[in-house]
Amino acid sequence: MTDASLQAPTLLLQPDAARAGRLRSFRLKDNVFRHLTRASAVTVLGILGGVILALVIGAWLALSTFGIDFFTTESWNPVTEKFGALAPIYGTLATSLIAMLIAVPVGLGIAIFLTELCPPVLRRPVGVAIELLAGIPSIIYGIWGLFVFAPFLQATLQPFLITTFGSVPVLSTIFAGPPYGIGILTAGLILAIMVLPFVTSVSRDVFETVPAVLKEAAYGIGCTRWEVIRRIVIPYTRVGLVGGVMLGLGRALGETMAVTFVIGNAHRISGSILAPGTTISASIANEFTEAVGDLYTSSLIALGLILFIITFIVLAIARLMLLRLERQQGS
Amino acid sequence: MSLMAPVAHSASRPRYMRRRRLNLVMMSLSLAAAAFGLLWLLAILSTLVFKGVGGLSLDVFTQSTPPPGSQGGLLNAIVGSLIMTAIGVALGTPIGILAGTYMAEYGRHNRLTMTVRFINDILLSAPSIVVGLFVYEVVVIRMGHFSGIAGALALAILVVPVVVRTTEDMLNLVPNQLREAASALGLPRAIVIQRIAYRAARAGMITGVLLAIARVSGETAPLLFTALNNQFWSSDLNAPMSSLPVVIFQFALSPYTDWQQLAWTGALLVTFAVLALSIAARVLAAGSRK
Amino acid sequence: MKLNRIFGAVAATMLMATPALALDISGAGATFPYPVYAKWAEAYKKETGVGLNYQSIGSGGGIKQIQAKTVTFGATDAPLKGDQLDKAGLVQFPMVMGGIVPVVNVEGVGPGDLTLDGPTLAKIFLGQITSWDDPAIKKLNPDAKLPSSAIAIVHRSDGSGTTFNFTNYLSKVSPDWKDKVGSATAVEWPAGLGGKGNEGVANYVAQTKGAIGYVEYAYAKQNKLAHAKMINKDGKAVEPVTKSFQAAAANADWMSQPGFGVILTDEPGADSWPITAATFILIHKQPQDPAAASEALKFFAWAYKSGAPMAEALDYIPMPEKVVADVQSVWAKEIKGADGRALYSATN
Repeated sequence: MTDASLQAPTLLLQPDAARAGRLRSFRLKDNVFRHLTRASAVTVLGILGGVILALVIGAWLALSTFGIDFFTTESWNPVTEKFGALAPIYGTLATSLIAMLIAVPVGLGIAIFLTELCPPVLRRPVGVAIELLAGIPSIIYGIWGLFVFAPFLQATLQPFLITTFGSVPVLSTIFAGPPYGIGILTAGLILAIMVLPFVTSVSRDVFETVPAVLKEAAYGIGCTRWEVIRRIVIPYTRVGLVGGVMLGLGRALGETMAVTFVIGNAHRISGSILAPGTTISASIANEFTEAVGDLYTSSLIALGLILFIITFIVLAIARLMLLRLERQQGS
Repeated sequence: MSLMAPVAHSASRPRYMRRRRLNLVMMSLSLAAAAFGLLWLLAILSTLVFKGVGGLSLDVFTQSTPPPGSQGGLLNAIVGSLIMTAIGVALGTPIGILAGTYMAEYGRHNRLTMTVRFINDILLSAPSIVVGLFVYEVVVIRMGHFSGIAGALALAILVVPVVVRTTEDMLNLVPNQLREAASALGLPRAIVIQRIAYRAARAGMITGVLLAIARVSGETAPLLFTALNNQFWSSDLNAPMSSLPVVIFQFALSPYTDWQQLAWTGALLVTFAVLALSIAARVLAAGSRK
Repeated sequence: MKLNRIFGAVAATMLMATPALALDISGAGATFPYPVYAKWAEAYKKETGVGLNYQSIGSGGGIKQIQAKTVTFGATDAPLKGDQLDKAGLVQFPMVMGGIVPVVNVEGVGPGDLTLDGPTLAKIFLGQITSWDDPAIKKLNPDAKLPSSAIAIVHRSDGSGTTFNFTNYLSKVSPDWKDKVGSATAVEWPAGLGGKGNEGVANYVAQTKGAIGYVEYAYAKQNKLAHAKMINKDGKAVEPVTKSFQAAAANADWMSQPGFGVILTDEPGADSWPITAATFILIHKQPQDPAAASEALKFFAWAYKSGAPMAEALDYIPMPEKVVADVQSVWAKEIKGADGRALYSATN
């Protein structure tokens, strides 16, 4: 049967060539796709690198002109072209501190409510409602703050604080001054409401990772709910909680629009938190399009660089802590 | 878990009562905290509805922003926002999906992925005004004028981290058995990813895109020095382009009542669009988990 | 496939982003003249179909953007000096004049009820006078019932020609102010909170009880803020009305400064309003976009010719005819396209 034996190799050869061709094209497409995705991943790093580079280049003039004085001077004088970042940095830190002082206990409280007290049927809606607070664009917080919250504070909380602490030695300076309505305290309070959902959602997530076994053991020996939370849940999730707080802090530091409306835009450090001030992002938002002169523009970009570095450090710490928690869970 | 504990010994009854009281106080405080949080949500939403609904009319959707003292609407701002958001999402989503794909498929445990994930999470929460500064330096100065495309680029940079994060998370959730089965049939890696993994994670990835849209729709700061603003109807990407958040910013800070009314109406539109997107994303994600 | 549909939708949206058909003029700068520029733009668009896209971002912003060539013209109430104009290659000319008024938000005080003078105003803004019932204010207003509440100062947070003219006036009437603060588009304010634009100041004054701020008169009128009367150089108390702005501008010698950059604060005359100011336009001698610049000049010529009634309705003062003629001859002489031909001719 020479015919059949002659035909067999030919039949096998043809599919091989075609298959080899298809395999080659598969490999090519695979390589292209792999490199494409890899390049995209590197692009993310590139964005970060680009931002830092652009900021450093833009800020160079100001930083080289003023040197370390830039961080310690309060005066911000476009006339004499002497710029100091102290007032914006102070405002950023002060408003964020006020925000965290309120958002952390309240956020933890809400997380406790959602994980312990809330009836299961309400758990989802209430949780979603709190997270909606995070979804509201920050400019909305700004206009609501300016038109509703600030007048409310001017009429109620601020006079109350001024008269209550008027005669107390140290606190009278902290709560002094005409009730503008807007100012550092108002900005801090609005930031608190904005940061609340972040703290709540991270806290709730970490609370849910606590093994039921631990909690049941505590209940078993007669602990009250609060004692279980305080002695078991919080110490267990400590690292994650700190991570969540840092995450909220990172957001508060970088917030622009909500703060710009209610901070009062004064490049001054006052003893009183009822006074107007400014934050780094509010200064940039207000003054950038009008900064005349290279040094002025460069000083604003330098402020942006400082803000980026501060938030970078805070968010990096937050991520590291959350990573540690994840590793602890073994996920 | 009941709040009741077994009856305490008489020697420590006062201590027990103190513990119970403390528990009651703390639980009440946490309830108060939840009410406090919900109170602000209600306050803000009701203010928006109260002040914004009054300005809602067909004019808002058919006429451009007026000079102070004249009748007008928000058409150019709405369209400008739609155009810049659409382009921003169109530019940022492919990069985000591809980067997330690399991290979940090709380099799941390698150094590059860990670094990118870390950096990406930081970019996710970074101040958006810094992105605006970056695009101003790189694009606006180079082009010589403000433009809608610069605004869209700034938004694209904000979209990327969101999409990277959700894509990576969703792809990581796809069980490896699916991939192994497809590979066993002889499919090349790229096809496995595109036809199998993407399809399995589709709902989650769309959720990510929706969340990204929700995030950038409300952004104001990055548009301030890139797209600037335009009081007339313009769909020219090469010229300053109006957008809802920037118009709200300008009009709200003005003393003109008709402008302030438009600002509130615009705020109402933006907020409810963003909230609707967030809820849609959530529903989609929940549906896909079944 | 779903992906195809998404691409289709995106492509459709991108197609919507077509190049503009009509040429729009872009300008940015002073908030001082914004109400009248906006009114003119609306009327001009009805008449010719050409739109004017003006961003009211403050004089500082106007100067910066025109120097960066990101707009066709800049607008500023703080005139540039001759050497600055030459260095940047800009032509400067005045468009319209108006008055800056102090506005207050005090219980029981209506428009024109309060009278202030230069030195007292300076002391208030220096933070030296802190409450409304201070003897210095009472002296000027013996019949007014002033509460003992704190004064909340509102100034500008952005680079502003209005600030420039206001601080220029304060520097003239108060050596203390001149020493401590000086005069510029953005100064280091000793006290108070900052509003963005004339709009922002008007807004904050309206919202904050006990506030005092300074705005261009149209803003005070449009928003029904209580303005204060001022005591001028001749010692007379004047109201901010067209007559008093015109009296202040009557003595101006427009050709005395390069680029017509005349300051009108603290002018003599029994009827003169002490804080009057002109607002200027800046255009490049060799514009980057000659077509747009040519359109802009046509708009300004139209505004000079037909815009006076609209300006006066808002209490701005149009430029006198002789000045307009001088300005237009400067245009014909100085503003040229790439080929060296003038962009504006009187026959336009």
